[in-house]
Amino acid sequence: MILRLAFGSLLARALTVGMTILAIALSVALFLGVEKIRTGAKASFADTISGTDLIVGARSGSVQLLLYSVFRIGNATNNVTWESYQDLANRPELEWIVPISLGDSHRQFRVMGTSAAFFEHYKYRQGRSLEFGTGVVMDDLFDTVIGHDVAQTLGYNVDDPIVVAHGLASFAKHKDQPFRVSGILEKTGTPVDRTVIVSMQAIEAIHVDWQSGAKTPGKSTPIDAIRQMNLTPKAVTAALVGVKSPLKTFSLQRAINEYPEEPLLAILPGVALQELWGIVGIAETALLAVSMMVVVTALIGMMATIFSSLNERRREMAIFRAMGASPISILGLLILEATLTAAAGAVLGLGLLYVGLFIAQPLIDSAFGLYLPIETPATRELLVLVAVIFAGAIVSMVPALRAYRLSLADGMMVRS
Amino acid sequence: MSKDSIIDLKDARFRWPGRASFALSVPEFLVEKGQSVLLLGESGSGKSTLLSMICGTILADSGSVSVNGTDLKTLSGWSRDRFRAEQIGVVFQQFNLLPFGSVTDNILLPLKFAPSRRKRCHNPSRQAAELCQALGLPEGIASSKAANLSVGQQQRVAVARALIGAPPILIADEPTSSLDELAQSNFLDLMFHQVAAQETTLIMVSHDPRLADRFDRTVHMNDIATIQRQAS
Repeated sequence: MILRLAFGSLLARALTVGMTILAIALSVALFLGVEKIRTGAKASFADTISGTDLIVGARSGSVQLLLYSVFRIGNATNNVTWESYQDLANRPELEWIVPISLGDSHRQFRVMGTSAAFFEHYKYRQGRSLEFGTGVVMDDLFDTVIGHDVAQTLGYNVDDPIVVAHGLASFAKHKDQPFRVSGILEKTGTPVDRTVIVSMQAIEAIHVDWQSGAKTPGKSTPIDAIRQMNLTPKAVTAALVGVKSPLKTFSLQRAINEYPEEPLLAILPGVALQELWGIVGIAETALLAVSMMVVVTALIGMMATIFSSLNERRREMAIFRAMGASPISILGLLILEATLTAAAGAVLGLGLLYVGLFIAQPLIDSAFGLYLPIETPATRELLVLVAVIFAGAIVSMVPALRAYRLSLADGMMVRS
Repeated sequence: MSKDSIIDLKDARFRWPGRASFALSVPEFLVEKGQSVLLLGESGSGKSTLLSMICGTILADSGSVSVNGTDLKTLSGWSRDRFRAEQIGVVFQQFNLLPFGSVTDNILLPLKFAPSRRKRCHNPSRQAAELCQALGLPEGIASSKAANLSVGQQQRVAVARALIGAPPILIADEPTSSLDELAQSNFLDLMFHQVAAQETTLIMVSHDPRLADRFDRTVHMNDIATIQRQAS
């Protein structure tokens, strides 16, 4: 019956209590949402590349190599010579190797030169392969395969002509050699979506008339002539490597790092990804801290509401006292009410999260390539809810103790 | 301590903490078992303080306050609350009921804190309904929300609540002051009828001396208590 009366008392103040519940619910939904995006982002981050045992590039930092070779962020300070690449490719422990050549762009998207093996060996999300939405792998020298976002943003279809610019700021365009879109990849949620893929030879071909980053004035080799030329690459920016046996990975890595002819660096993608997440993770922790503060704010709001309700409820407490309730019971009653309020807020917050997920999941997936799974609440999330309810009880102790003191002083006669 | 007194105050003094200017002292105040006492006094004469001492929500600073043979001083705070629940039914001037509770919830509320009183009524809900009927409340009122009742009905529900489980003492603090004259007399008839039926000791506070005829005994606050007021 006491529980029923507590419910009744809450119902009698439905508006203020409802607002408090809403505030707690929104804060809890925000917190759980941030948590969801955080774990989703971490998972999809780690899913960017899989199945590759080593990434090889010119010697720099491991994070830097990972950034430019996989995330297409920043630039390589040096290339790997074609001779070194050949040496590497001929090593016995190697199962496959895919060259990557970067440095050009098309509009705001990076152009990546590679071989057909890239489509076979590049894996993401625990071993998923790239798939073609429309079209096929490039066939001709001037064919290109574009990522989902590239096609979406620029409105390209298969067989559309595109022009590649040298460098990253699109000032100098390789106008002479227009490319043709031969295929468009399905959305992957990885940087491949934002990449224009051409063959290694094509990268050479567009630089035929270029020297030291500038076009030789007055020189323009006809396309037919270019097709006849020897377009063996002079260098690669990086290489993705698969080894025959995982046991060989470390010895191969050491061998590459100690390669005498040229300073090279080989990294384990998983380790570098973790290193990089350690850097990115700070922002994520800050976001989590902010949303936690929002929960705390909502709980303090509840405390303020209880405080302001105390005066109008002195009569109610005097009745309880006259009936024989001890001041401790009154303390307990207020804490019980606050706990019920916080519990209602927490449960409603969880509900809001799922409604939000149902609405936003496809939007977030298509906009950011971030897949947020809709699952039954994990233990971690339930623990968060319990913590919120518990914190609500703790916070309510402050006004409850005041009510305790008031009811000790008032007794059953309210002095007003 | 006389054998028959159910309430026995001797040299009881109380000073409100933080209000040094007000102190109440009661040299002697006795109420016999089953008696009905009208306590007359103007506002500010210390009636509420006296009632709080008897109910044990405040403790006398010196002297003794005994209720039904128990010196309240000897009880812990929690036991005093339990003791009050068991021994005393209380009716206030007004706003007696929890407005969000039903009539039955309100009537049964003291039994939550008083197991012996609860044991005494074999079927609490039925006794609540019987009390309602005896106090002239309309049938089917039991499940209405207390907030929807008229003031007169609320006061009668308060009496039912104070008498459920037959506590030995009923304390009523100006229970009729918010009622008109006809309702007042009607209310007192019903209350006295129930008090007589349960042989309850009744202490009722009022400032209306015309009610004196109905009571066994009339006591003026000025005769039993002195108040010290110092100009602050």
